[in-house]
Amino acid sequence: MSKKPADQPTQAETTGHSWDGIEEYNNPLPRWWLWTFYATIVWAVIYTILYPAWPLVQSATAGVLGYSTRANVEKQIETFAEMNASLETELASADLTALADNADLQNFAVQAGAAIFQTNCSQCHGSGANGGAEGNGYPNLLDDAWLWGGHIDDIVWTVANGIRNEQSPDAHWSEMPAFGTDEILPPEEIEQVVQYVRQISGQEHDAGLAEAGAEIFEYECTACHMEDGTGNKDLGAPNLTDAIWLYGGDVASITETVTNSRFGVMPAWSEEYRVGSGLQPWEINAVASYVHQLGGGQ
Amino acid sequence: MKLVVLGLVALGAAIAANYGRDLAYQVHAIIIMLTAAGVFVWTLRRWDEPAPVHNPAEYLDGPIRAGAIATAFWGAVGFLVGVYIAFQLAFPVLNIEWAQGYTNFGRLRPLHTSAVIFAFGGNALIATSLYVVQRTSAARLFGGNLAWFVFWGYQLFIVLAATGYLLGATQSKEYAEPEWYTDIWLTIIWVAYLVVFLGTIVKRREPHIYVANWFYLSFIVTIAMLHIVNNLSIPVSVFGSKSVQVFAGVQDAMTQWWYGHNAVGFFLTAGFLGMMYYFVPKQAERPVFSYKLSIIHFWALIFLYIWAGPHHLHYTALPDWAGTLGMVFSVVLWMPSWGGMINGLMTLSGAWDKLRTDPIIRMMVISIGFYGMSTFEGPMMSIRAVNSLSHYTDWTIGHVHSGALGWNGMITFGALYFLVPKLWNRPRLYSLSLVNWHFWLATIGIVLYAASMWVTGIMEGLMWREVDAQGFLVNSFADTVAAKFPMYVVRAIGGTLFLTGALIMCYNLWMTVKGQPKTSDEPAMVPAE
Repeated sequence: MSKKPADQPTQAETTGHSWDGIEEYNNPLPRWWLWTFYATIVWAVIYTILYPAWPLVQSATAGVLGYSTRANVEKQIETFAEMNASLETELASADLTALADNADLQNFAVQAGAAIFQTNCSQCHGSGANGGAEGNGYPNLLDDAWLWGGHIDDIVWTVANGIRNEQSPDAHWSEMPAFGTDEILPPEEIEQVVQYVRQISGQEHDAGLAEAGAEIFEYECTACHMEDGTGNKDLGAPNLTDAIWLYGGDVASITETVTNSRFGVMPAWSEEYRVGSGLQPWEINAVASYVHQLGGGQ
Repeated sequence: MKLVVLGLVALGAAIAANYGRDLAYQVHAIIIMLTAAGVFVWTLRRWDEPAPVHNPAEYLDGPIRAGAIATAFWGAVGFLVGVYIAFQLAFPVLNIEWAQGYTNFGRLRPLHTSAVIFAFGGNALIATSLYVVQRTSAARLFGGNLAWFVFWGYQLFIVLAATGYLLGATQSKEYAEPEWYTDIWLTIIWVAYLVVFLGTIVKRREPHIYVANWFYLSFIVTIAMLHIVNNLSIPVSVFGSKSVQVFAGVQDAMTQWWYGHNAVGFFLTAGFLGMMYYFVPKQAERPVFSYKLSIIHFWALIFLYIWAGPHHLHYTALPDWAGTLGMVFSVVLWMPSWGGMINGLMTLSGAWDKLRTDPIIRMMVISIGFYGMSTFEGPMMSIRAVNSLSHYTDWTIGHVHSGALGWNGMITFGALYFLVPKLWNRPRLYSLSLVNWHFWLATIGIVLYAASMWVTGIMEGLMWREVDAQGFLVNSFADTVAAKFPMYVVRAIGGTLFLTGALIMCYNLWMTVKGQPKTSDEPAMVPAE
């Protein structure tokens, strides 16, 4: 049956069939191909003996090596848990102001804090802790401007209880009036006070309007932002004289802030207020230590 | 009879549109209503015309010509959407604000995957399989105009699926997103396709069934099985698009990846191997390298592929034993996959000089090369230890695309360049130098794509697992995203090159048909035996 096509350069024969002009050589299987195929099969058999593989009626073969992905990860977690257990206990009750004296504990606190920060805080504050885009309402944690205090104990409190939330009764709380919406100030007076804020923050402003605005500022704003506009950390009232703006320092942004007010919320992170997903005391101390050493801690 | 059915369908769809509970369902009901009404009017107007008489000795090439056009069209659409979402990943601002909920990445991504796999790849498979089965069986397609029904029905499926994604009708199953009524429609089409294909094989006038047809048939049969089992679901309402899966939890996941992996195995591998087994020997004008190899690797491939799915679910709720089996079968699958590569490449032995002169052969050879590369990479990535690094990273995306752009794309382009002059009776392609341009743009595009995804995938995997001395994670997820940016730009550029090549192909094919006179008016006859 076999025949050779006329232009056949090799010696192999074809099967003798032709489909629409296509023929097939009767070449044997390439040896290397066949032996590699056999090798993978042999390997497969051995592998399925060593590792969990074959399903039985109620369970499956466990494999000679006793391998289990679940057991492996539990073991890894346990290794680190054991390694860190004493440091965690120590950190939970440590005097954080004296942390610098204990290099091991400080190192642990900062490393753990960084990981906790990346997991829980970076969504708002940015993975570099710079607060993301300027004026988006999330504070930059790298500078030394603190709304509610930059002492390590202040930071611990803020992390544990958060700001303006309904979870923790100890959350920081203050509320700026919506001067425009609640008709406390007419639009022209808002315009004046905005110009005054521009003046004290060292920005371009209309001197005439700012002068009128100074008077309004004195009546309406100094209770929280203080006479000189430098703010009050007990009330979370920002310093208005620096160039740092939580919601933007341009005329439109400040006008919006004065007219409608702002109400930035931060959740309480203590496990006391977040069942299942909260931070333990040592974790709060760790993340506070991390934030404190970023550059602006007081 | 036909008119009554069409009238009832149009009426039923109108009622469904009226009672529809969600936008996607209403839009789909209106699409179905308009389609049925259109066909109704079209049938009515041709009522008096005598039915055209067909010479039963001629091949039926009309649906294949339509399929070739659809392949090129959907290919360009699918690549375009792919390029757009690649840029969306690099520049999120391209998720345009006013079109949120319709054209954001999450909606467009399944549109891209389905457009390239099912619209581009599916049309290519249907068209070439119907071409090949006629030639290698020396028989006209079985079932008369049933092939036309398959073609147009499949296009309707594509439109329903694509609009469904944009409007939010989805089962959230990878490569099986369309909702229940679209699934039912595809089932009908697929059975009709099987009847046409199998019927033609049954009435073949050759004593043996050619190897390409084994692969095509295994693809059609297995896809039918996969499609039905993975889409078992209960509609919440007959007047709504939402449905609930029959399987739950890890069983659902396992069914999904049994389906998902075999969509790759039987749609993108077996089906396209069928294409390779016809077009490569035809274009090279050489006999297939080894009949024995084709038998052994066919049965080994078919048997082994179906078990490999669990490797998509390493380190999940899936029990370890299932993962081991999936991995072991994937590794054993390596050589059977390479059997196709060997048979394809070795078919060129004695004709290697054609690589220099024939850019179409070059396209086919590089496609087989990419096939070999991705069928090595796949088993490697299925190994648990490798998978712990590669899983969920862009490495997977790179792997998929070196297979899809390199293997499926290039072999389809080669087949189109081969088919179009023959289907339209044209002496030759309009321009071989444009084919050359297409070849190089596509090849460089794929290399940029695959290389950038390897880099970013491995980097991302390493960053995710990086822990410090005390066991704490070093990087946040956002850090890895930021680090990937440059590679995302490179990937998008690679995709743009690939798209440009495909558009050049469309132009070249268009000019082949429009710019040249017919060689003869002779219909394609069945050759004398």
